[in-house]
Order: sequence, then structure tokens, then C-alpha cells
Amino acid sequence: MSTRSVIPFGPQHPVLPEPIHLDLVLEDEKVVQAIPSIGFIHRGLEKLVDKKDFHEMVYVAERICGICSMGHGLGYCDAVEHIMDLEIPDRAKFLRTMLSELSRIHSHMLWLGLLADAFGFESLYMECWRIREEVLDMFEIATGGRVIFSIMKIGGLRRDLPDDMLADFRQRLDKIEEQLKVVAKPFYDDVAVKNRLVGVGILTPEKADLLGTAGPFLRASGIARDIRSTEGYCAYDQIEFEPIISTGCDSYARTEVRIKEIFQAIDIVRQCIDKMPAGAVDVPVKPNQFPNGEYMTRIEQPRGEALYYVKANGSKFIDRMRVRTPTFANIPALVEVMAGCDLADVPILVLTIDPCISCTER
Amino acid sequence: MSLVNFNKTVIKNLFSKPATRKYPFEPKVYPERTRGHVVNDMDVCVLCGLCSIKCPTHAITVDKAAKTWSIRPMSCIQCRSCVDNCPKKCLSMDTQFTEPGSEKLTKTFPQSEKAIAAQEALMKAAKERAAAAAAAKAAQAGNAANANPVANAAPAAQAPAQPAAEKKDE
Ligand code: SF4
Ligand code: SF4
Repeated sequence: MSTRSVIPFGPQHPVLPEPIHLDLVLEDEKVVQAIPSIGFIHRGLEKLVDKKDFHEMVYVAERICGICSMGHGLGYCDAVEHIMDLEIPDRAKFLRTMLSELSRIHSHMLWLGLLADAFGFESLYMECWRIREEVLDMFEIATGGRVIFSIMKIGGLRRDLPDDMLADFRQRLDKIEEQLKVVAKPFYDDVAVKNRLVGVGILTPEKADLLGTAGPFLRASGIARDIRSTEGYCAYDQIEFEPIISTGCDSYARTEVRIKEIFQAIDIVRQCIDKMPAGAVDVPVKPNQFPNGEYMTRIEQPRGEALYYVKANGSKFIDRMRVRTPTFANIPALVEVMAGCDLADVPILVLTIDPCISCTER
Repeated sequence: MSLVNFNKTVIKNLFSKPATRKYPFEPKVYPERTRGHVVNDMDVCVLCGLCSIKCPTHAITVDKAAKTWSIRPMSCIQCRSCVDNCPKKCLSMDTQFTEPGSEKLTKTFPQSEKAIAAQEALMKAAKERAAAAAAAKAAQAGNAANANPVANAAPAAQAPAQPAAEKKDE
């Protein structure tokens, strides 16, 4: 038996600027065990419920993460709206759906770029991020922010997106789709890309289910579990789509699922624009109307199922806000797939769960 | 074979215009909704203080005694909450970002002469109306004491309500 050695991986590591730390127990070049530790960027955002009232908490929720900020705002607002029995107008529901799908496109494009960077395909990486930039421009036109959107509010949306803006978005999306088809090809059938991805980090469906995996990581193991179709929150119950799965169970399957989800997201945005009802985008909340009760919302973030728990006590300040993010659910499965892999594959495997440590630690 | 396909994209990119801008020679044109920084039209602001109450980061301070409105741009998170809540609609969001700086500044703006004059005129008018109402009430009370108290009770009760309604309209 060869000797074992421990290599620390992170918190500063070559894959992406997210401070996850792994202690890799190695036997020669093979990883025997990976021991994760998190907690490097805990900011105590949930504790801010003591200082910020329930309207202001929307801004805090959005700042949990820079990539899924739309989803965090949506999840928190949805939970509070359920507590307060607010029925938001249909137009706001469709706009929320549309904006979350746009954020899915930009999140997955970011991930594809990082993946290309991890296996050393620099021009593909640049190309992915260039296309992502156009989605961010759309966000800036619609909400006024590229990363923090500040468009969600309790009771709907703060600003309406006029119909000519939506028509413009449709044209922009047509262009983005064309460009995407070009960059998707190397991911699907390039030999070098396949060598790095096929058969790397197999996660069997049983294990995926047992370890509570979420999002594209789970669906790449052949389990069709997507909160958008099971819960039908926002306007997802009025949109036609099927969860995308792949039965490959490896890193290649995860890439495939995410690429297909981008095209699906573009399709959902088009459906939203087609079906967009007219009318107001918010219901007023009276100054003396406070939430009282508790609620738990589940939404499908780009990275998987996220859970928002809000407990309110009938005053301006809520008692508790809790966010369970998809990356947190995916870490056990990550540790599982790492056992037995090559040291050189560790960056790719860390990347295939699309880690967002800022969300995880809040 | 897709590497060959992608080579086409690479070669195309090599000979086409860069995707980036030549900053700072080519400044960015921001879309109209960009939340750059908060500006206040001091000619209109009445220093009601609603914006500072609604600001989640307490970036705005309104000093009614000194007649100033101040903002700490470094604390402002560009959430646009103050702009939405200003009753006079004098706050707006500029699309340009504030210049970078090395200190945490507080920018203070005094209320303009024009706004002070307008507000004082309003106050004076309101006071005059209140005085007139009080005089009318006193006169009516005097009448009521002289005449039948039951018949005059209703108009006397209505008198103070009128100026209040007028005030609201301005
Ligand atoms: S809310 Fe508007 S009018 Fe009132 S103090 Fe602020 S800027 Fe001035
Ligand atoms: S934009 Fe938001 S943070 Fe900035 S001053 Fe206005 S309310 Fe405060």
C-alpha cells in the first residue's frame, strides 16, 4: 500500500473565486477522500432581520449572491406574500418568471465559460462570457442594474417592463440563440472536451437521490426533479416545458443538461413574452399591514432547489429568515464523486456542481 | 470535428471589432434605467425627511433646523427606494456613477433660496387661513352664545373643518 498524503485545496484555488476548502487525501495521484470545510465568507445576512424591516429585507436577500440575486429576491418576496395573503397580479407573475429565466441563462453561460477555462479552452471561455454580457445588458435595460436588480418588492415588481422593451428582448434573444448554437458545438463533440468530461465523476441515480442532490447535478443523473414543474410557482404552471434530464451521470451529462437548459430558458422567456397579460405589476401593501405567520417557499434557482423560510410575528421586523441554497445540498454528493478520481479532475468536479459558496454561507 | 468549426469563430473574432470598449476614450452610454447615483433637486425639496426614513442604509440625513439635505454616497446601495418614496418627486436617479474617491464623503446640499421662499409663503398662507378660521369660529361662538344654542351648534362644528380640507389641496 502506498503512503497517503493530504493536499489542501482552497480556499484560494485555481477554478473560480469561491472560497471552498477541501482536504484531499491522496494515494499517489488518486483522491481517496475529500474533506470539505466551509465558513470562510459567512456574513450574517440572516441576522439582519433584527435591524431591517420586512420591506428592506428584500434588498438584503438580493445581496446574498451576485448571480442568483433575482431568485433570492423572488424567494423571499414569495414567502412573505404567502404569509400576508397577497395575490400578486398575473403580469408580475409572468415578468418574474421571465426575469428568473434570464438569470438562469446568464448563470449557466457563466458556468460554461468557467468550465471551458478549467479545461484550458480560453477562446471558448471568452466567447461564452461575451454572450453572457448581452444578457447582462438586457438586465440593465430592464431593471437598471447588472448584478443587483432591486426590482422585486413585496406585492409584485417595482417597475413595469413596457411591451416595446419586451419586443426588443425577443430580438436580442434570437441573436443570442444563434451565437449560443455556435459555442454549444465544441462542448458537445470536441474530442479534447470529451476527454476531460466523459466518465469523470460518476454519480449514480440512487446515490444522487440518497444524498439529496439538487438542480442540474441531480437531473444529470437521470432524475427528473424540477421545482418549476412540481411546485408551479410564479407563472410556471402556465408555461409548457419538461425538466431536462440526461442519463450519463458524469460531468459530460451535467454540461449537456445545462446547455439544454439555456435553450429551454430562452424558449420559456419567449412563451412569457407571448402570453404576457396586461395590467398592473404590483398590489399595494398598506403601511399598517404586517406579516404574521410562517411560510416555506421552494424555488428552482439556476443551481437547483433553494428553500426560503420566513417566520413573522405581526410586527415590522420578522423573526427569522432562513435560506437553504442548492450548493449546500450538493456538497455531500461532491465529496462522494471525488472519492476515487484523479487529482487533475478535482477542479472540473468542483466546478460541475456549479458551486456558489457565497450563497451557501450567506 | 468541431474544433475546426470553432476555429472559424476564432478567426472571425481575430479580424472583427473587439467586443470591449476603449475605455476611457469611449465612455459607456448607460440605458435610461441605470441606477448610478441619487440627485436631489433642491429647488423643490421641502425637507420632509421621508427619503431618510425609507433609506435602508441610512445614507440620507435631513436637517430641518439647518435646512440641509445630505447623502453619504459610499453608504448608498443604489436601491432607488428614496426616489420611489419622495412625495415631491424631486429625487431622481442619475445614470452616471459617482466618481471614485479615497474618502468616505458626506455631500451636503442646502435648501435653495427659491424653495425656502416657496415654503415660507405656503406656511404664511396656511397660518393666515388658520387665523381667519379661528376668528370666524370665535365670531360664530359669540353669535351662538347670543342666539339659540341648538340651532347654531352644527355650523360652529363645521367651521374648523374647512381650512383643514383646503390645506390638503395645496
Ligand atoms: S422625500 Fe423628497 S421632498 Fe422629502 S426630504 Fe427627501 S428629497 Fe426632500
Ligand atoms: S438609493 Fe437607496 S440606499 Fe441610496 S440613498 Fe436612496 S434609499 Fe438610500
